[in-house]
Amino acid sequence: MDPSLVGQFNQDNIVVEKLDNLINWSRANSLWYFQFGLACCAIEMMAAAGPRHDLERFGSMPRATPRQSDVMIVAGTVTMKMADRVKRLYEQMSDPKYVISMGSCSNSGGPYWQYGYHVLKGVDLVVPVDVYVPGCPPRPEALIQGLLELQKKIKTETPLRKQL
Amino acid sequence: MTFREIQKHIESKIKGIISVEDGKDVIFVPPLNWNEIAQLLKNDVDLDFDYLMCISSYDKRDNKIYGAAYNFYSTLKGHYLEVRIEVDDELSIPSIVSLWKAADWHEREAYDMMGLQFDGHPDLKRILLSEDWDGYPLRKNYKEPDYYHGMPVPKDKSYWE
Repeated sequence: MDPSLVGQFNQDNIVVEKLDNLINWSRANSLWYFQFGLACCAIEMMAAAGPRHDLERFGSMPRATPRQSDVMIVAGTVTMKMADRVKRLYEQMSDPKYVISMGSCSNSGGPYWQYGYHVLKGVDLVVPVDVYVPGCPPRPEALIQGLLELQKKIKTETPLRKQL
Repeated sequence: MTFREIQKHIESKIKGIISVEDGKDVIFVPPLNWNEIAQLLKNDVDLDFDYLMCISSYDKRDNKIYGAAYNFYSTLKGHYLEVRIEVDDELSIPSIVSLWKAADWHEREAYDMMGLQFDGHPDLKRILLSEDWDGYPLRKNYKEPDYYHGMPVPKDKSYWE
């Protein structure tokens, strides 16, 4: 690049960056999550969204519709009856979409993993999961860490190049 | 009233129907007479059971008997009563929704989980499980399905890899 042009960029507070990184930066820092909860983990998710832990510091705010959500936090026990709905809601979200599996129940079935005839043994059987947050239920700090891990993951993506 | 007094009172009104077992403060009622007894429990001025607290269902595997246990309470008289009705697989139990509104969802739950049939219930369908569920999961001979809508029910993720 012409050195005089670079000097001009510096003077006008212009940053030169890859478009990939710009897209990742904007995606990772405004992760709107889908506001729905299935069990007690949802209480911790509400606490994380509340004033003490304040998930909105990280650009996350709850949306009450899958069409406007970027990330689905599966917070609670996924019963067989609900699994159909979870899958359907995931399919209604627009790309790019991510899933955080919150708590032991949605990670692996939790306390129902052996004898629960009615509980899906992990939400990863119906939707692809990006981040697993362990705990029963996880504290809000754990959920926030999960969200930050998801942000790290998003920042490694290359949205403009086709991923093989 | 104590349990013995309640038992004597019912026997003095309707003879030769209820039975008791030693060591249990429970009256057993044959399903055919349940409507009659229930109306007595609700309307008799001395019994006055105005509050149906719970309906539980149970499964005695050995002699293939399913049962429903009703817990009543009188908020005015302050006494309790447990009534049990036992049926086999074919028989149904008369519904008491017309007497106690609380029986509606309790009977639906007993139907959903244990497969008890309630005659005269206004809307007897599953309350907790999805409507296309097969079988009654709290029965002791229940066998859980391998798949439900293509999702594996037992702990098996081998097909996912």
